Amino acid sequence: MSSSSAYDPHESAKVAARIEQRWALVVVGIVAVLVAMVIFTGLHWAMMPPSRVETIDPTTLHVSGEFVESNLGSTVEQDGSVTVRLVAQQYSFTPQCIVVPAKTPIIFRATSADVVHGMLITDTNINSMLEPGYISTFKTRFDKPGNHLMPCHEFCGLGHEAMWANVKVVDQDTFFKMAAKTRRLSCVNP
Amino acid sequence: MLTHKRLILAHFWLAFAVFGLAILLGEWQMYIRSPLHAWLRNPDLYYRSVTAHGTVMGYVFPTLIAMGFGYAITELALKQSLIGVKWAWAGFWLIVVGSITAVIPVAMGLSSVLYTFYPPMIGNAFYYIGVVLVVVGSWIWVALMGINMNAWKRANPGRAVPLAMFANVAGSYLWAWTAVGAALELLFQILPAALGWTTTINAGLSRVLFSWTLHAIVYFWLMPAYIAFYTIVPRAIGGRLYSDTMARIAFAMFLVFAMPIGIHHLFADPEVGSGFKFVHSVFTAMVSAPTLLTVFTICASVEIAARLRGGKGAFGWLKALPWDNPQMLALAFSFVMLGFGGAGGLINMSYQLDATIHNTQWITGHFHLIFAGAIVIMYFAIAYDLWPHLTGRAMNDLRLMRTQLWLWFIGMIVLTFPWHYAGILGMPRRMAYYDYSNPGIASQASTVILSVIGGAILVISAMLFITILVRNHRAPRVTPAPFSFSQAVHEPESVPVALNGFGLWVGLMIALTVTNYGYPIAQIITQQHAQVPAIYIGAKR
Repeated sequence: MSSSSAYDPHESAKVAARIEQRWALVVVGIVAVLVAMVIFTGLHWAMMPPSRVETIDPTTLHVSGEFVESNLGSTVEQDGSVTVRLVAQQYSFTPQCIVVPAKTPIIFRATSADVVHGMLITDTNINSMLEPGYISTFKTRFDKPGNHLMPCHEFCGLGHEAMWANVKVVDQDTFFKMAAKTRRLSCVNP
Repeated sequence: MLTHKRLILAHFWLAFAVFGLAILLGEWQMYIRSPLHAWLRNPDLYYRSVTAHGTVMGYVFPTLIAMGFGYAITELALKQSLIGVKWAWAGFWLIVVGSITAVIPVAMGLSSVLYTFYPPMIGNAFYYIGVVLVVVGSWIWVALMGINMNAWKRANPGRAVPLAMFANVAGSYLWAWTAVGAALELLFQILPAALGWTTTINAGLSRVLFSWTLHAIVYFWLMPAYIAFYTIVPRAIGGRLYSDTMARIAFAMFLVFAMPIGIHHLFADPEVGSGFKFVHSVFTAMVSAPTLLTVFTICASVEIAARLRGGKGAFGWLKALPWDNPQMLALAFSFVMLGFGGAGGLINMSYQLDATIHNTQWITGHFHLIFAGAIVIMYFAIAYDLWPHLTGRAMNDLRLMRTQLWLWFIGMIVLTFPWHYAGILGMPRRMAYYDYSNPGIASQASTVILSVIGGAILVISAMLFITILVRNHRAPRVTPAPFSFSQAVHEPESVPVALNGFGLWVGLMIALTVTNYGYPIAQIITQQHAQVPAIYIGAKR
């Protein structure tokens, strides 16, 4: 520091404050960009978090309504899309293996019969909590045929580590031929 | 001057003792679920261990550190004897009694519900009662921090509350309010079911209430580390704090923005609508602001230290830093881990990206990197800095301290980076074993083995840490120089009223929480079918 100019603490405090303010603006900019990205992808690709806050009585799931055993698994809708219904319970999913077509709009509707469970399908972005009392609904689409694992990803009790299911993605033709013959699609005989 | 060293030492030692035990459980979990060990015949042992590890590391350990450090700050920063010492001891013993009450049913396998509770699963009532006692004990500390600060303000009208105390009280108020979510869940939902008074529970409501606590609790863990960043490290490395005012703004922002963001833990949940998920996502982005301000201020403070030591050039000053000083090393490691962990956090907060890694091993990696990494390494640094003042003995093991910090950093990277990777592959967390013979899982086996190695390095580091503290108690007596906190470049004589107290910030904190949580909670309470049967685990009833 040169000795010729007198040291003025007020001047240096102003410099420090100015640099800080600049950084604060950068911070505001970073936050704004992050939020803008969330908004853009949310609107542009309609990527909103799955939720309709739809409820169902978990104690009567198995006897009446949408989630009775005979109505689970993949169903072809009028418009050619597919709806997959499944139930999670300690310590398995019903059905244990889901057959779905590739390149087709698919809606998952799932719930839990007892405690909080979760599901994800490996190598995809499909990921949802399954909670007693609520129906989780989300739309998806598989790009190509293949096999995926579907573990429960929320601790649900002592058998949690054994709660894995499978998803088999088959090509569209195979799927719709199968679906025309039978309501119950099996992973064993595609 | 520290006049109540025994009180402070009791908190720190109990914290580090339970930490030393819980880290062993963590490493056992890593080993038992890895391909190095056969499938565990009784998976419950694993979940008992996870419950104990999480409860100790999440609730007991950081709470005791915040309390012990808070009492130390009160005496060191305000330069007055702690008011309410008997109450402080009562709080300490409540935590001891609560911890023992909670750990017994967990060890017996009656409450393997994990520290996140997960109703409608209901475990033994004593587990929850123990956790409540721990929280009540910590609330005594919250009250004492407020009382001590206000007593000082009355005695020193118009003067700025020392930064360390301001931040400390901010942390205590943040904890008081964030704990309310889990307290409501425990007292009004879980305990009545655990005691058999009710047989149903609103599980969706429980998740929302818990999210109120679950995110901001991270900032409560973080506060001691940030206080060390601002008020200990710059002094310890021979520098100055760049800005006292910016520090106060950062702590005030944590108070306001930490709470109304917890629903980002529930992006994949069906009980909260899309709108509030979006709102919480935006607020989560805002809470990165105080951390970005902190990174700037601390880097500037460190640069001041380097230039005072003759450092030159745009980046050349980095070489002039006292790298042999454990405080410098701890800060650098903490910032690196905070950087990686923060980047991961930004992915979690945007709901589009969150879907890829929600509830996978990635999340385990994320919070270990932030909490056990960036934050706990600063707990070590705080202990190293305070210990000579608490024991009146010399802290001579500098080499050992550096080794310990290096091991903690390396261990944490080896532990958490593979977890992040496995999470992207879709590996679910909290599983007692994996079927490595399944082709879909086989490729993840190596990540689990790496986490065993990382965990082992961390255990060695933890043991080294405890050894260093124990050795200090036997070192020669010295009279340490009076304790001081960092001095700011421009030390404030007085600060604006808003930055010298908490009226405005606590008001905003409560108002924003009510705004962001009020509707989701009201909606869930009035929802049909929201009450579901409680599922009792463990004990035969």
